[in-house]
Order: sequence, then structure tokens, then C-alpha cells
Amino acid sequence: MVAETPVTASASNARVQTEPTPPFVEVQDLSIHYGGKKILSGVSFDIYENEIFGIIGPANSGKTSFLRALNRMDMFTPGMNVTGTIKIDGHDIQRWKNVYALRRRIGVVFPLPVGLPLSVYDNVALAPRLAGIKRRSELDIIVERCLTRAALWEEVKDRLDSLGSLLSGGQQQRLTIARALSQDPDLLLLDEFSIAVDPVTTMRIEDVLKELKHEITIVLVTNLVQQTRRLSDRTAFLLSGELVEVGETAELFEGKVRDQRTLGYLEGRFG
Amino acid sequence: MFAPTELNHKNRRNQRLVRMLFLWMATMLIIPVVLILGILVYRGGPMISVDFLLTEPTNGMTAGGILPALVGTVWLVVVALLASVPIGIAAALYLSEYASDNWLTRIINLAIINLAGVPSIVHALFGVGAFVLFFRFGTSILAASLTLAVMTLPVVIVATKEALQSVPFAFREACWNMGATRWQTIRRVVLPNSVSGILTGVILEVSRTAGETAPIMFTGAAFFLPFLPQSVFDQTMAMSLHLFVISTQVPGVPEELPFGVALVLISMVLAMNALSIAFRTYLRGRKKW
Repeated sequence: MVAETPVTASASNARVQTEPTPPFVEVQDLSIHYGGKKILSGVSFDIYENEIFGIIGPANSGKTSFLRALNRMDMFTPGMNVTGTIKIDGHDIQRWKNVYALRRRIGVVFPLPVGLPLSVYDNVALAPRLAGIKRRSELDIIVERCLTRAALWEEVKDRLDSLGSLLSGGQQQRLTIARALSQDPDLLLLDEFSIAVDPVTTMRIEDVLKELKHEITIVLVTNLVQQTRRLSDRTAFLLSGELVEVGETAELFEGKVRDQRTLGYLEGRFG
Repeated sequence: MFAPTELNHKNRRNQRLVRMLFLWMATMLIIPVVLILGILVYRGGPMISVDFLLTEPTNGMTAGGILPALVGTVWLVVVALLASVPIGIAAALYLSEYASDNWLTRIINLAIINLAGVPSIVHALFGVGAFVLFFRFGTSILAASLTLAVMTLPVVIVATKEALQSVPFAFREACWNMGATRWQTIRRVVLPNSVSGILTGVILEVSRTAGETAPIMFTGAAFFLPFLPQSVFDQTMAMSLHLFVISTQVPGVPEELPFGVALVLISMVLAMNALSIAFRTYLRGRKKW
């Protein structure tokens, strides 16, 4: 028994070395149309577990539509048509029967904060309640933990009963993040989260994200090239619905690009 | 350098003229309201007493009170609401929250618009055919109220749809993204934030239902019936029809009597409207976004 232990350990080490971990999100030949208009044309890339995956590109490059496809919001969007496959954790999400269960595993933060017209507490407790958690003591723990992780607890702990929609813009955005975390997601999608947030708060949220990536895989869509440089491990550059390039963020910013358009965008020559 | 040109002067004159014209038009709206209310209060006011409200008409409706008509109108309105509010709200919820833009939705919307445009006398004849004869309800409160309900359904649907759509779409998306179903979203976020708007619409409907005459004339309202209705299958008197009858159909009615009836009827309607306005003001005060 004792003698066998090292053998098992070395065997598993060997397995890890020979087989790289499968990607958490696999996007294969994904196209998105709105009505007749092509938004995303046949893109393929992988997102790995516990990384921050940045997606950059000018407006109308298909970034937001990609996020919508990721949590099957195409179902609720008239005229949106998705082809190709997206696999999350090895499962094809188009064939996922219960999309509500899928969405519960994916937290989303929008460009403009959406404080629901509920109290701060109820905003964060909504997703757990939807998932069937009713005990106040359990909810209390979730609410405090999520607000703390979103760097908002200290500011609102004395007014959990006041309306979430009456907080300041930056606070509401952190409330939105706390709400996304309250779903206990495996995947967190951030769509230009800092548009309506002041620089100081942005930095605080960015610090939060760096902490979170140890537990959650994060997809960060942003218009700010420097933000992706600060945060993301790997970055994809989308342009007019085309995937120009995916690569290690550090390498891209060192100029090791395969496509000159990437360099041009990163250096601010267009976009 | 800043001296006005002839064109500037002309524009300014026109602007004054147009403003005066529009002000005049708007002010004229006050005149009929003041006249109607003034005359009703002046001539009908002395008629109003507790006795007037709580006794039956006597002497071939030339004297006495209006109790059966008052109670009848309340019956008609309440039963009509019981039918139209659940159907109307459910339909509006479907159209606003679930329906996609397809042929069925378009047909439903078209039906609602047309229903709103049908003259009330046509509704009355429809009520006779459908409720009185086909469903064999006879001339009864039930038949009259259902006729009223069909007629006011578009009002409830449109008001409810507007109230639902005043809730920002972003709230729904945020909920859906959390894995909420459409129904969970409606129950937890959409309805709590629109229920007051819906109630406002319902109250407005009440005031409209109370005043209608044609739809109840052949379906359940009685010319003269000095008893209070016992069930929805009874006929009943109603304020609106009573007013019509004593004004035009019965000889020897003292001149002041119709004014008194009209004053009570309009007071009921205005009280409802006031309630609805108060409600809306209250809501605007605690709007959450």
C-alpha cells in the first residue's frame, strides 16, 4: 500500500504532462447572423480554465454577440441565428436541453450597470433564490461573500435594505458583479464593464478579477486595449466579425503578431 | 451687429400668434367640463340626500330614490371586472412578454384594435346574440357584464401592456442571464414594478364601464325594477339606463330628478378617476429607477 503511493503519483504526473488539459470553452466555426446580416463569420478558438481571456476589437466586430451566444441568449433574441459549435466543459451548449441551468453557470456583467429595482440584499440574493435557496442564514452568507468579493461590502453593509438602483454608477456595477458571482458561476462574462465606472473603481474591480480567476474562467470583452494588457492571459482580436488573431497577451504586446492588423490596432493606428 | 432683421420680427410675431391660438384651443377644453359640472351641481345638488341614495323610485319613477340603480351599477361593474381583468392581464402578459412577432401575434393585435373600434350598440347586439340567447344566460347581470367585459377588454390589455413595457428591458435581460425563466422574471421583477400601472388602467376601465348604456340596454338592465338583484342571473336597474329612461321615456318626471341622477353617476366616475390619478402620483413618487 505504502509502496504503491509514489507509483500512482508519478503516473498521474506523467498523464498531466502528456495530455494537456482540455480547453474549458471550445469555439468551432462559430457564425452569427442577425436577420440577413453577418456579425461573426466562422471563428474558432479555445478558452482555458482559470484564465482571463480578453476579446478586443472595434465596434461591430461581434464581441457582444459572441457573449450572447455563449449563454444561449440567442433564444431570447428575435432574428439572431447561431451556427457552429460552442462546447463548455466538453458539452455542446446548443444541445444543452435546460438552458436555464446553463445560464446559471455563467455570470454576465453588462456595459451599463443594471441595478434591479430591489434592495441591495435582494439583488444579490435573487439568483440563489431562483436556484431554490430559501434559508435566510444561507442567503446571508452568500450575500456577504459576494459583496465582499466584488469590493462593495464595506460601502453597503449598513444599507442592505436600500434600493440597489439608487447606488452610484460604480457601486451599481460592483453590485452587478456581486450578483453575477452569486450564481456561483464557472464562467464569468464581462462586457466592457468599465464604461460607466470611474478609474479608481475600475482598478479595484480589476484587482478583484485577478483574484477571481483562480476560481473562475473569465471572458473579458473590452474596448480598452490597455485593460486587456493589464488583465488578460490571452487575447483574441476580432475585426468586422473575423477572428484576426489569438495569442498570449504578453507576446502580442511585444509585437509578436502574425497579422499586421493586430499590431496596428494594439498601437492605436486604427480602431 | 445684433440688430434684428425684418425676418426676425416676422418670426417672432408668428410665434406669438401661434402660441395664443394653441392656448385658446387648450383653454376651451375647460369650458364643457365646468359647464357640465356646474349645471349638474346647481340643479341636481339639491336632490342629493341620504334618502335619495337609499330608497327605491316611486310613483312610476317620478319620485323617490335611486338605490336599485346604484346597486345594479356596482354589480355590473364588479362582475364585468371579474371577467375582463384576468383575461386582459393574461393576454397582455402573453403579448408583451412571450409573443414573438409572427402571424398569430399580428392577428391578435389586429383583433384588439378592431375590438376597440366596434361601436357600443354593436357590442350590445353581439351580447344579445352570444350571452343572452346562445349561452342562455337570459337578460341578466351576467349577460350584461360579459358584454361590458368584451367591450372594455382592449382598454385593460392596452393599459397592462403599456405598464409592462415601462419596465426597462435591461431588467429582464439581467434576470434571464441569471438563469431565470420568463415566468420567474415576470413574477419577481416585471409584475412588482408594473402592478400599479396595471391597477391604474383597471380603475380607468371601471369608470368607463359604469357609464355605458347601450351594451346593457338589451342584455340585462331593466327599465324599472324596484328590487335589489339577488344573483348574477337577475336583471337589474343601472344608473346610466335609469338616467336615459327618466329623461326621455317617462312622462311627468320632475325636471330636477335627472340632474340628481346624472350628478351621482358622474360623481362615481370622477371619484374613480381621482383615485386613479392619486395612485399614479403615489407611484411616480416611489419610482425605483
